[in-house]
Amino acid sequence: MTTLLAATRESWLLTERDLRHWRREPWTPVFGVAFSVMLVLVFGYLFGGAVELPGGGDYLAYLLPGMFALSMMFGIETTMAAMTADARKGITDRFRSLPMSGVAVPLGRAGADLLSSALQLAVLMVGGLLVGWRVDGGAGAVVVGVALLLWLRLAVLWVGVFLGLTFRVEGALMAVQVLVWPVGFLSGVIVPPETMPSWLAALADLNPVSATAAACRDLFGNPTGTTPSTGGLLADHALLLALAWPAVFIAVFVPLSARAYRRLGA
Amino acid sequence: MTPPLLARGLRKRYGATTALDGLDLEVAAGHVHALLGPNGAGKSTAVRIFATLTRLDEGEVLVAGHDVRRRPKEVRRAIGLVGQATAVDEVLHGQENLELFGRLLGLHRPAARARADELLERFGLTEAARRPVATYSGGMRRRLDIAAGLLLTPTLLFLDEPTTGLDPRGRAEVWSMVRDVVATGTTVLLTTQHLDEADRLADRITVIGAGRVIAEGIAAKLKSRLGGDQPVLTLAPGADVESARRALTDAGIDDVEVGLRQPSLDDVFLHLTEGAA
Repeated sequence: MTTLLAATRESWLLTERDLRHWRREPWTPVFGVAFSVMLVLVFGYLFGGAVELPGGGDYLAYLLPGMFALSMMFGIETTMAAMTADARKGITDRFRSLPMSGVAVPLGRAGADLLSSALQLAVLMVGGLLVGWRVDGGAGAVVVGVALLLWLRLAVLWVGVFLGLTFRVEGALMAVQVLVWPVGFLSGVIVPPETMPSWLAALADLNPVSATAAACRDLFGNPTGTTPSTGGLLADHALLLALAWPAVFIAVFVPLSARAYRRLGA
Repeated sequence: MTPPLLARGLRKRYGATTALDGLDLEVAAGHVHALLGPNGAGKSTAVRIFATLTRLDEGEVLVAGHDVRRRPKEVRRAIGLVGQATAVDEVLHGQENLELFGRLLGLHRPAARARADELLERFGLTEAARRPVATYSGGMRRRLDIAAGLLLTPTLLFLDEPTTGLDPRGRAEVWSMVRDVVATGTTVLLTTQHLDEADRLADRITVIGAGRVIAEGIAAKLKSRLGGDQPVLTLAPGADVESARRALTDAGIDDVEVGLRQPSLDDVFLHLTEGAA
């Protein structure tokens, strides 16, 4: 019990360290939010006029839940960058030389990243409401939708922790920063997979980000971008997949991260 | 009494390379002990093993009487580690850094804050306490880094190449800090590639190469292996060198070598930058 208490306290101290970073250098989180807002504007207004949704509906209302999910996924960069920087500067080693809990470093990271993503989500949602996005499903649905989005964030967080502990070089971070684009776009986040060639649509449907986006559209009562007659695994079981995909990632990457953390002492 | 550090038959391999090949080391309480050796001699690997950061393959290490393998947490409570990279948070203030590490060590906020202020004062960082570390000079950063290793007044402080990358002033600051640390009862094990650093600071020097102990002893003894003491006579600037030499030869001392020594660049640097830092 006292061990658990100590680990919680230590994790919170490390989370608090990140909160201080934001206060000291507010441009980093502000830029993160501004970037998501820019994506919404580019896709919603610049490209959106040309998009005709299968099944009908307003494109902006289709796009926003996708953007929420995409910004959660892009959080992997923040997590990995922070882990890599601490390892490179020897700060991780200093933590490891202190008589503190081994789980505090990743848990502290998780706390800070989830908080910043929740904030980012709040800004995006308020911004969405301002440009005409509407929720048509009640407060309960909103709570579940937000929980699903943060659940996805938690999953990529552990991928980021693992990558940051394993590949402690700038190059690896840059590779991830480039790769998130094709991985993020090959999904139902920006355009409905139904409009893609069938093999590509099958891949996009399998993307975990698609599941979270689709589940949020259902919950928020936004256009789904599917013709009701077609159905399919994603269309019929979006909520289940939005729960299952992140669970799989967490089940795989939490043990991998723990192993990578122990391996620092090899 | 158990020595702060006792290592026997330490071995560590990384794939095909042998980092440590049967290293033995004993550090006596109250000493500054230097591990002297070239790059790749195994100094850092040894320190990382002593500080529980790296697992050893073979051998035994007791830190403050605790086995590093079986009781890592007790070891961590007894040590302070200052690694090669300056491991402080650049965005936070100096004071915030020390307070954070103090609280991670289990101190409550007021105690951590008081201890941080005390150390900042002791090492001349009070003025910079509320500035982001990113604005610190190399020497100041190092001092903060070392202060972070002293929060709980450890039994044993590890300093892994503490003056690498510092200018002469920064180096002198770190040296005086090390003397101060030992005076308060903490034993120091430092690694260095520089003979003069070991000579100035260490009570005892262990020279290692290829993961093994090559020589060990007090500085004077290690030097006497090279043929005993060489008396050096220093005259004031402008003195009549020729008559000094004649006086010595007249007194029956042959084999006098006369040379002029300019102030070293270290002296020049310290003189010129006085008050500028």
